[in-house]
Amino acid sequence: MAETSKEVWVFVEQRGGRAADVSFELLSKGRKLADAMGGVLKSVVIGDGVRPLAVETFRFGADESYLVEHPDLAGYKTLPYGRVINDLVTKHRPRIVLFGATIIGRDLAPRVASHTVSGLTADCTDLKIADVNYLGRDYPKLLLQIRPAFGGNIIATIITPDNPIQMATVREGVMEKHHAEIVRDVRIVDIPYSPNGLDDIVRVVEQHREESRINLKGAPIIVAGGYGIGTKENFGLVRELAHVLGGEVAGSRAAVDAGFIPHERQVGQTGVTVRPKLYIAVGISGAIQHRAGMQESKKIIAINSDPDAPIFEVAHYGIVGDAMDVIPRFIDAYKRKLK
Amino acid sequence: MYTSIVLVKQVPDTSNISGQVMKEDGTVNRSKLPAVFNFEDRVALELALQIRDRFGGTITAVTMGPPRASDVLRECLYMGADSAYLITDRKFAGADTLATSYVLCEAIKRIGIYDFVFAGRQAIDGDTAQVGPQTAEKLDIPQVTYTEAILDVRDRTARVRRKIEGGYEILETTLPVLLTVLKDAAIPRPFSAKRVMAFKGAKSLLELEKMVEGNSLLYIDKLVHEYRGRSLFIPTLTADDLEIDVGRCGIRGSPTKVHKVESVVLAGSSPAKIENTTAGISSMIDSLLADKILG
Repeated sequence: MAETSKEVWVFVEQRGGRAADVSFELLSKGRKLADAMGGVLKSVVIGDGVRPLAVETFRFGADESYLVEHPDLAGYKTLPYGRVINDLVTKHRPRIVLFGATIIGRDLAPRVASHTVSGLTADCTDLKIADVNYLGRDYPKLLLQIRPAFGGNIIATIITPDNPIQMATVREGVMEKHHAEIVRDVRIVDIPYSPNGLDDIVRVVEQHREESRINLKGAPIIVAGGYGIGTKENFGLVRELAHVLGGEVAGSRAAVDAGFIPHERQVGQTGVTVRPKLYIAVGISGAIQHRAGMQESKKIIAINSDPDAPIFEVAHYGIVGDAMDVIPRFIDAYKRKLK
Repeated sequence: MYTSIVLVKQVPDTSNISGQVMKEDGTVNRSKLPAVFNFEDRVALELALQIRDRFGGTITAVTMGPPRASDVLRECLYMGADSAYLITDRKFAGADTLATSYVLCEAIKRIGIYDFVFAGRQAIDGDTAQVGPQTAEKLDIPQVTYTEAILDVRDRTARVRRKIEGGYEILETTLPVLLTVLKDAAIPRPFSAKRVMAFKGAKSLLELEKMVEGNSLLYIDKLVHEYRGRSLFIPTLTADDLEIDVGRCGIRGSPTKVHKVESVVLAGSSPAKIENTTAGISSMIDSLLADKILG
């Protein structure tokens, strides 16, 4: 077998020249993976006037950056972005390519994986390098792609044993972002871009974006409600507790699906990952997808009428009881302390 | 007049999982789970139906899956699809998204020309949202993922609203295009009672073969002819029918493999038990205040 590549690539997602947080998180993780493989980390930056962004990726551990700049590439478009990365991957055959599991990443990564016949695993909650024995064969330094699967009852480790290119997407907030210990010299490789008339078969007519005022990731206190809250009206109590404690309100996927709370406030694998000082889970049973999004909170209070609910196993304080009964008591007790 | 192909999937009802569903090789024993029509795929079919209602045309539903996946195809016929194809073969078993998209792409090319390919954004068993874009890439056509609404179709151009981070955008795309659809894009129409009566007897080739096995008076060719004549035949396409590279199908054609499956190991120990009383909650708040977690 030919010598495989030892390159880890991170697609750096930008909107209006600003990188998505997840890209820096992936660079931080990618640095560790590259070190474990004895390899190098490269960032792939596509846009217009985004050279400063390529430079910034070195603070998060990049050894090298591929920079593709052109006015036509200012905003994300599936076809030209796909073509650029398809060509780069085909030419250089990296060992690992990481994308954020954002709308853009989930639009782009599958196209690239399909074109380059690469393995792709969605929404990983952890990535590691390890020597693997699979069906009696040894595979040194493989990427372990770890994700909850199947309604969250299990954690699956996915590998890409016989394929040279391993791709994965990761949700924002799942990996921690930190500056690299050793910052390498900036080495930017400019990649020429030539527009293709076919790109115009999809045109952006309008775009409306509101910077989200909701900042769950930054909130020190989060009160989250689940399906166990029962009704949209009852959810008002969850909001009230959040308000009294000066925190943000959030919900589990089941609460979002039931229409109790909008998706922007969903905590978990398919929502936001949070690490607040205090996380209060009310009426949330605690499926693995939910726990994946909150179990690194500093303190966790679980309130649930079912004493066997799995949420209690990650909680520091457990209260068995009906939320409609516990929350008013909580609010009342807290207000008394403030007096 | 527009021709649509709708990709649908029969999925295990992941809200009802018991412990005995995982096989030793880490794949899922689907036969142990109740199977349902993936909801976003029903929404995708609804969008195709709305286009047919407005502009005319035909709709073909396609699924890749085990023989019993013909259930969801019958449901497509009940909702209003004109025809349905079952793509099935033991060689397709264990496919990851890449191998699935290869087979779907070849099946779509075999079924014929089209203006739209619709699919749900993702299926609830894997939540990957990968098969749609992977199929579009292989068909070499544009895609619109996260579709919220189809605003208009004219002059072979569709105007589509799609979700983006923090908002939405409106795209214009030349046909053909593949769209993946969010659950709120439309409310799937209920089955038409008339169509249920008409199509509940629709059978795939495999189902007709089963009927023949138990009855020496029946001949498969005659039966297929008869069912086709009554528009009750669900054509089946296998690897041989598609003349495809079996090395790119099923578990062989899947670069990703399940290495390990574990039930979840929980990090935390058991929590401090707080009595559901004012005194209990009050003392918990005290320790949170002392730890500077609250206040």
